[in-house]
Amino acid sequence: MFKLKMNNFFVISTCAFFLLTGQLAHAQEVVVYSARIEQLIKPMFDAFTKETGIKVKYTTDNEGALLARLEAEGKNTPADMLITADAGNLWAAARAGLLKPVQSEVLGKNIPAHLRDPQNEWFGLSIRARTIIYNTNKVKPAELSTYEDLASPKWNNRLCLRTSKKVYNQSLVAMMIAEHGEAEAEKIVKGWVGNLATDPLSDDTRALEFVAAGKCDVTLVNTYYFGRLMQKDPALPLAVFWPNQSQGGVHVNVSGAGVTRYGKHSKEAIQLLEFLSSDKAQNLFADVNMEYPANPNIKVDAFVASWGDFKQNSMNLAKAGELQAAAVKLMDRAGYR
Amino acid sequence: MSFWRFVPFLAAAVVLAPVGVIMSSLFAPASEVWQHLVDTTLSLLLINTFWLAMGVVTGTLLLGISLAWFTAVYEFPGRRFLSWALLLPMAIPAYVTAFVMLGVFDFTGPLQSSLRAWLSSDLAWFPDIRNTAGVVIVMTLAFYPYVYLLARNAFLSQGKRSLEVAQSLGFNRTQGFFKVALPLARPWIAGGMMLVLMETLADFGTVAVFNYNTFTTAIYKAWFSMFSLTAASQLASLLIILVFVVIVLEQQFRMRMRYAETKRSGRAQRIQLGSWHAWMVTGFALTVLFMAFLLPVGQLGFWSVRSLMASDFDLARYLEFLWHSVSLSGLAALLISAVVIAIVYAARRYPGFSTRFAVRTATIGYALPGTVLAIGVYVPLTWLDRQLSDLIFHGFNIETGHLIQGTVIIMLVAYLIRFMAVSHYPIDSAMQRITHSIDEAAMSLGLQGWAMIRKIHIPILKPGIYTAAILIFVDVMKEMPITLMTRPFGWDTLAVRIYELTSEGQWEHAAVPAGTLVLAGLIPIYLLMRQTEQ
Repeated sequence: MFKLKMNNFFVISTCAFFLLTGQLAHAQEVVVYSARIEQLIKPMFDAFTKETGIKVKYTTDNEGALLARLEAEGKNTPADMLITADAGNLWAAARAGLLKPVQSEVLGKNIPAHLRDPQNEWFGLSIRARTIIYNTNKVKPAELSTYEDLASPKWNNRLCLRTSKKVYNQSLVAMMIAEHGEAEAEKIVKGWVGNLATDPLSDDTRALEFVAAGKCDVTLVNTYYFGRLMQKDPALPLAVFWPNQSQGGVHVNVSGAGVTRYGKHSKEAIQLLEFLSSDKAQNLFADVNMEYPANPNIKVDAFVASWGDFKQNSMNLAKAGELQAAAVKLMDRAGYR
Repeated sequence: MSFWRFVPFLAAAVVLAPVGVIMSSLFAPASEVWQHLVDTTLSLLLINTFWLAMGVVTGTLLLGISLAWFTAVYEFPGRRFLSWALLLPMAIPAYVTAFVMLGVFDFTGPLQSSLRAWLSSDLAWFPDIRNTAGVVIVMTLAFYPYVYLLARNAFLSQGKRSLEVAQSLGFNRTQGFFKVALPLARPWIAGGMMLVLMETLADFGTVAVFNYNTFTTAIYKAWFSMFSLTAASQLASLLIILVFVVIVLEQQFRMRMRYAETKRSGRAQRIQLGSWHAWMVTGFALTVLFMAFLLPVGQLGFWSVRSLMASDFDLARYLEFLWHSVSLSGLAALLISAVVIAIVYAARRYPGFSTRFAVRTATIGYALPGTVLAIGVYVPLTWLDRQLSDLIFHGFNIETGHLIQGTVIIMLVAYLIRFMAVSHYPIDSAMQRITHSIDEAAMSLGLQGWAMIRKIHIPILKPGIYTAAILIFVDVMKEMPITLMTRPFGWDTLAVRIYELTSEGQWEHAAVPAGTLVLAGLIPIYLLMRQTEQ
């Protein structure tokens, strides 16, 4: 009697388990965990399925949750590929042993060295440039020069920043740590905090709106937020300035991907990765969000190109990942919320 | 048979286990992340939490007591409508009020933008709302109904009489309020205040929207940005200590409340205010109602319509979130009601001090913040998970992988702990109605065992169980931190969606999921009102 009950219990709980996790494997599919939101990945996945017949299943979530989940699932993870909206988290995933190296000539050819992991565990697929945007009524471009300069007293009460909780700012500060060392970088971030016209804002768009409305004069945002806002309202008194052109270059980050170590469909995942780096998908990947293609042979979208050419910082993005934890702590110390 | 006896103790153990796990982290060696927190943000967290608690308590006491006094004792235009309408803000989760207020009143919001255009001034005098004062105001508007509800009960039962006593002592009305009515109502007011304090300490969504760092956001950051579960637990243990102080105080007040009279004085004549004063009171109450309910709901409605009309509105995805919310809440309501029925039955069959104590312990979970519970349940269950799969692997050579992680089990256990108390009250008070003489009468008619439960007990319990299930359903639907931190693969709910959208500042897109939660939140308010109007 007891045994029967135990059996029932086992059957029911196993069924429930599979129902709840939906981990039944299928052939000819790739499972993607993506921190890049759905609207920005679905078009490429659809194109990939159309070309190869391989189905792409995906779940979107924020980076931290996806990484924690991959780690927790370990060898049983259903995921074959991880896509994030920044290099830092790809670096963290690689560091935690969640990704595996991919030897691919196609990827080596399509993606420049500084936009991919030295061990080839992850690859940048589109470039997101974090630059200075200013209010054209209140700032002359000649006043602007570098990220570091925004810490100088002349910007007192004129700067708006997004919260330090966002990984874009963490990467930017990580880059400054790499270039200047921690002490100097902390001085710069403290300078920024001292220059803030208002408490850090929740998102880049809000920061742009604050500049446009005159609460502050300059801010740091990813260019595609600027693009989206200008498309909605071209009359806004906002313009792009490319900082650090004579030294270093504009801070870039990538949206990129890696193949998971314990995925069941690695072959298909590599195929998808190569597809995403190719001319068939690069424009889709970048243009859909007004980003820059990672593959330098691909033409930039016309609207994006109208903001001008710029020199990008060629430091390997793995460095930003390595220093991200230090950056988070530095910003805590500097009182940057 | 005797298994039932232990149900309350089991439930109490389930509640205490996470507390124990988290408190034990205090003895874990200080991690590097912890040291960093101590060096940089910890003092700020304490200061922030202190001011937030002080501000919200002061604010809710001012609004709650004054509105309760006016609606309980005086007659003024719109009193009937206002006395129940002032409870409506309870339907709106605080984090929803928060993002709506930010959307409306921030520098680039419609109000300031149009004022700037209209006055062609830079509006430098307009106060910034993304600061402590802003968070305090939002939480006050969201939480004052707790104080209002309890204080009003007290004033309704004794307010008029206490004024008569005061008059006989030669006090005027103001003196009567401060010297007689207010002291008499103190246990209720304090009870409401403690609920407010608990909600404030537990809040995650509101402070996240305002980028205001408290323990709850720091716990989240330590876990998900600094990847240190240990540091997160250590922060949580400090928060638990704060919460326990509140719990102890609350239990004290609750005991005192029991000895006071709760029957309403039936024919108490309301005091008619002079027309000038009466309209001032009406204006005040309407302003509160407007800020706390009408404005947020109106703005949500406006945004929802715009968002629904937009071409990029993804109905399928919205329905998916809705389905996750509804199925999770439904599952939780079933599970928690069942457990609570078992507890209540056991407490009835085996009364005694130890059982009562166990029940009291089991229902203390509502004071534990969701962020704390998420960790407190996650840590032991993942440990158990590992042991289990190791055992199966070594014993049967079957690689099972995780049996618990990646399922909704962790979430459900955390919900169970947090919301047992919510369902205990209605089910328990229904159970009190089944007296032993009813049982004896049933037995004399030949009904026993299951037959008695089915034919007598269940029909009597039904309304209580329904109420409990509805309360849990709605609470789980609104719940944010537990769901956010422990949900498995692809279980995004409406609340999680709201968190993600608001952290990108997309207020308008968050309006449809938020509006859905408000609609669901109106159900328990309706039940509550039906109960209090009776």
